[in-house]
Amino acid sequence: MIEQLVVLNPAAFSWGMITPVLPELVLLAIGVALIVLDLFAPRQRQLLPWMTVLGVSAVLLVNLGMYTPAEPGAMLRNDAYSAFFCTLCLASVILAALMREFYSTQVQSHQGEFYSLLVFSAVGMMIMVASVDLITIYLGLELMALPIYVLTGMHKKDLRTSEAAAKYFLMGVFASAFLLFGMSLLFGLTGTTNVAEIGAYIGRNNLADNASLVMALALLIAGLCFKVAVVPFHMWTPDVYEGAPTVLTAFMSVGPKAAGFAVFGRIMLAVFPELHANWGPVLALLAVLTMLVGNITALVQSSLKRMLAYSAIAHAGYALLGIAAGSASGMAAAMSYLFIYLFMNMGAFAILIIFSQGVEQGESIDSCRGMASRNPVLALCMLIFMFSLTGIPPTGGFTGKFYLFQSAVAAGYTAAVIAAVLLSAMSAFFYLRVIRLMYMSGPEQQPAITAPSVGMLVVLGIAVAGVLATGLVPGALFDWAQRAMLP
Amino acid sequence: MPLLSVLIFFPVLGGLSLLFLERKAETVRLVALVVSLFELLFVLPIFFLFDKGTHQMQFREQYDWISALNINYALGIDGISVLFVLLTALITVLCVLVSWESIQEKAKEFYMALLVLEGAMVGVFCALDFFLFYVFWEAMLIPMFLIIGVWGGPNRLYATIKFFLYTLVGSLLMLVGIILLYLAAGRSFDILFLAGQAYPFKLQVLVFWLFFAAFAVKVPMWPVHTWLPDAHTEAPTAGSVILAGVLIKMGAYGFLRFSLPILPQATQAMLTPMLVLSVIAIVYGALVCLAQTDMKRLVAYSSVSHMGFVTLGLFALNQQGLEGSILQMINHGLVTGALFLAIGMVYDRTHTREIAAYGGLANIMPLFAGFFMVFTLAAVGLPGTNGFIGEWLILLGAFRAQPLYAVIAATGLILGAWYMLWLYQRIFFGGVNEGLRQLAPLNLREILTLAPLVLLIFWIGVYPDALLDFLRVSVGHLVEQVHGAGLAEAGRTALMAIP
Repeated sequence: MIEQLVVLNPAAFSWGMITPVLPELVLLAIGVALIVLDLFAPRQRQLLPWMTVLGVSAVLLVNLGMYTPAEPGAMLRNDAYSAFFCTLCLASVILAALMREFYSTQVQSHQGEFYSLLVFSAVGMMIMVASVDLITIYLGLELMALPIYVLTGMHKKDLRTSEAAAKYFLMGVFASAFLLFGMSLLFGLTGTTNVAEIGAYIGRNNLADNASLVMALALLIAGLCFKVAVVPFHMWTPDVYEGAPTVLTAFMSVGPKAAGFAVFGRIMLAVFPELHANWGPVLALLAVLTMLVGNITALVQSSLKRMLAYSAIAHAGYALLGIAAGSASGMAAAMSYLFIYLFMNMGAFAILIIFSQGVEQGESIDSCRGMASRNPVLALCMLIFMFSLTGIPPTGGFTGKFYLFQSAVAAGYTAAVIAAVLLSAMSAFFYLRVIRLMYMSGPEQQPAITAPSVGMLVVLGIAVAGVLATGLVPGALFDWAQRAMLP
Repeated sequence: MPLLSVLIFFPVLGGLSLLFLERKAETVRLVALVVSLFELLFVLPIFFLFDKGTHQMQFREQYDWISALNINYALGIDGISVLFVLLTALITVLCVLVSWESIQEKAKEFYMALLVLEGAMVGVFCALDFFLFYVFWEAMLIPMFLIIGVWGGPNRLYATIKFFLYTLVGSLLMLVGIILLYLAAGRSFDILFLAGQAYPFKLQVLVFWLFFAAFAVKVPMWPVHTWLPDAHTEAPTAGSVILAGVLIKMGAYGFLRFSLPILPQATQAMLTPMLVLSVIAIVYGALVCLAQTDMKRLVAYSSVSHMGFVTLGLFALNQQGLEGSILQMINHGLVTGALFLAIGMVYDRTHTREIAAYGGLANIMPLFAGFFMVFTLAAVGLPGTNGFIGEWLILLGAFRAQPLYAVIAATGLILGAWYMLWLYQRIFFGGVNEGLRQLAPLNLREILTLAPLVLLIFWIGVYPDALLDFLRVSVGHLVEQVHGAGLAEAGRTALMAIP
């Protein structure tokens, strides 16, 4: 213990010690710089999104180019696994910043703190995905979550966002408490906080039947399920997703969720491989329940945003199926799916933001009506996203789901997969409703749509290209995910 | 030259190229016609270069696609699929022609959807990799969903959602079956390889029913046929023609290509339910036809009945039955396609499909009445038309395998003659309905659309070997695969007995 505190001693400090966290530190500096700029150059605020994009992209490149060999006892590790998730999370930050830029011009108000908070949250995600130690995992989780609590309630005059923020905060803290409790049990049992060492200790000492270990497992699963919004721990999601500003909803349903899955996978596969017989079926059941609740509830929504929120819950269920498989290939499938989900969900939310024209709440699904005549290109994009979310080839949604189902069947969860495919057929109903309204209903008298800004066009371009590329040639993504899963 | 890839991607790219054209129906439809005609031209080499003496896959192409999952881009055709490729190319041209005047709104999107659909359909028949097959199979849903939903009749929303959901549920269950096979065969999607493996019986039965979900919905077999009347009725003429001509053949094609050769023991074990469902479809479909008041709906239900014959021949599992079944699929595609085209032409003039609104049409449009007569007789199965050959072979095969079912099925022929001729009588004979006096006669474009079909109907009817030669060897091989070598010998002797 004592020698680990050596870093607190200024005399023992060396610059080499911080190289592994250099990208995180740079990102932190960017976040601070954004605050400073926001404070001292209020007239240049429209530049903030672009600076965010540039800064985050630079950090992403640095991080991808950096590979630190695994040291024993290290708390962070820049391996292929973290690189994969880091790319995913930072990409969601970039897309969110671009979408926010369009939204700000739509409502004629630039709020600088949005970007700095987003960047701070990104630092948290980076730490989360690279953590191989319970302490840093928890630290990253909180660092990611706190800025999002604030962002959720940013429109402080709007009662619903305040409600969403309060709800999210309380639920989040609750979940963190579960996690901490589980982690402390693990530490008490094994005497270490290092993920790999805990796993090895459990294997060495045949702790698989230990009651408190199973308790720890249950608590960790509960806490993580809260974070990735899996039924029955999903109650906060629809309200928070609906109440939060739309850009943030898009971000929350992709970036933080992916980071949550990164931790989920790391803990399940590294700490509890011995107990797979215990948690595999439980997670498979939760996955099916999640799809069931998400898809059924989405059926009856009249608000497009709320529908996408429930669909986000359902998609977490699909990804969870990959973790439930408990194999490297299952996790690779879940990772690929999350990446594809980034494209299709961000795309769908981008269209939603354009359609709703700056009105924040109650984006009725009717806003799509007749869109094919009003703006054929946007309608075509939305058509692609909706078919991808349904999982129809040749889109990424199909290949991703296929990979997931394949690895779940290989792990023996055939019944769960059959349930999943039936539920995904059910989801077709509400995704198709959007298409139906866009293509098969006459346009009503509605004001013209604000043309998408450059940033928004970039978002749409990336999303459409991503969905089609992962649908037609998913090999590269699958290979990358599989490589990331190699030890 | 990668001929099959060209056949798949030429119409797709042709369709997408319409995006860059101006938004005028005149330009768009001309380009679409040229694209579909060229496609028909590209099909001709296949027709002439196809080696009828082998059951091997021809015109093969194979490239790595997704190596992480051992998925290949593999194409090839044999005697079972070659005719469907030809049929698809032909039907699409006719669909473009029949939509010439009737599709004016969003014409660009319509022809785009039609051409992309054509590419996907050809892909389904050419794919030799199960994953690739599934991609094409599902990708067809998107354009078809739009064709029915955007350009369909008054109740189109209901019909298109129903069509989509039925098909999707079936397809996704098939996907689970594909994955099970893939894992059982040691991670391979190669259809030819999969067919050579032995699987445990229980797995075969499970996969058989999962496949059944997809194929039976597509055929459609009773009792999952209910999407078909709605989709057929509400679809625009071109949509109905594609549905009847090609799409519903894919279900039977799926049985032929996958269920029979890959799961032979399960197929044998499940014969009785399959035959019972086929016979129910034949009789039930025919009886329901008698009660229809809407022309398109009547023809749609007659498809259920006719496809019952197809599955009956298929599950007779002998040379005659299978040959008849494949030939009957082609026939049904041509004849029902022709009926829908003809109904579409008259609908364009009257804007009603109610049988009661017609009467005495033979006096007003005599040439049209002649065309319709040919199609009706072919649908009934009059000797000399193609319908006769197909039904006769099917009944022969079925009788050799399961006499009882053949006898019941034969009653379907009688009912078929009843409802078709009665339909003809109500539309064309009797007192002339006053509303019909002003109808224009067929124009040249319409005659050109229908004439090739009449030629084909008689050509196949008089000289069926022209098509049967394509199938014979491949079907023989398929029979061998299902029965094992011993029984195939008997099949081959039986083949010699056919005149």
